[in-house]
Amino acid sequence: MKEFKNAIVTGGTRGIGKAIVYELAKNGYNIGLNFLKSINEAIKIKDDIEKNYNLDVLLLKGDISISDNVKNIVNHFIEKFGSIDLLVNNAGITKDNLIIRMKPEDFLEVINVNLTAAFLMIKEVLPNMIKNKNGSIINISSIVGIYGNTGQANYSASKGGLISLTKSIAKEVASRNIRVNAIAPGYIETEMTSILNDDLKKNIIEKIPLRRFGKPEDVSKLVTFLASPESSYITGQVFIIDGGLSLGF
Amino acid sequence: MTKEEVMEKFKKVFVEKTGIEDFKEEDKFIDDLGLDSLGVMDVITGLEEEFNITVPDSDIPKIKDIKSALDYISSKV
Repeated sequence: MKEFKNAIVTGGTRGIGKAIVYELAKNGYNIGLNFLKSINEAIKIKDDIEKNYNLDVLLLKGDISISDNVKNIVNHFIEKFGSIDLLVNNAGITKDNLIIRMKPEDFLEVINVNLTAAFLMIKEVLPNMIKNKNGSIINISSIVGIYGNTGQANYSASKGGLISLTKSIAKEVASRNIRVNAIAPGYIETEMTSILNDDLKKNIIEKIPLRRFGKPEDVSKLVTFLASPESSYITGQVFIIDGGLSLGF
Repeated sequence: MTKEEVMEKFKKVFVEKTGIEDFKEEDKFIDDLGLDSLGVMDVITGLEEEFNITVPDSDIPKIKDIKSALDYISSKV
């Protein structure tokens, strides 16, 4: 009998999150698909995966920067699947502006969605993972969380926070065979980067040694590796996927 | 809640969280039962849910062994 594993992916209806959902489905995971607004897309993904992969997709709509919502979402997931093996904290937003023009509420909203939500999700799934002495948590950070970026003080602070969160929690739960890692993508072809104008894109590509934006699948393949027992000796690490951009030449 | 009821609920949480079924009231969580700090926190969080109580962080050092946990719960319920 095929052994099913159970994963929650936050922000799973678009971009990198959607690619992660599909890659996990290919690898036999039942999926809790969290999203905030895109109900139609979520239903489409659920129907598609359930039809083509013979797995269950549980739709988990809700704002996960609110503690009570996170509790409900995780309880609902565990009631259905019994355990959680993998959490992918992918949900993220941008509210870019130069710091002198950045509104405090835009700073806080980005921190809440990108960082606080990850904290809340991890906190809620850990009792189940601790009980099972098994689990993998993957936080989708960003290279700007390491290097910073003009106009993204809020976003880069949230993504940098995710990296330190990853390392601290990795130390706290390693004794329970729970691994926590972060992925720091560079420029990936998603809705988030589609707003960049063509001149800017051209400029960026010239700085990327591999001379292209990454694809969401470039990230999702690493997620399945970090989720699998094949990476069982890797924890607390940050993996940059940026086509070499951060090499800086 | 009677002492027996507290013990019964405590045991349910403790066994679920630690897998340890055989313990005595005087057993210390860390020295005798081999829990680490995460294990103790996990038990305390489970007890908070089971008994619907809140254990403030400042009270956590008071809960060092089975007996002090049972006494603490009894004082709260």
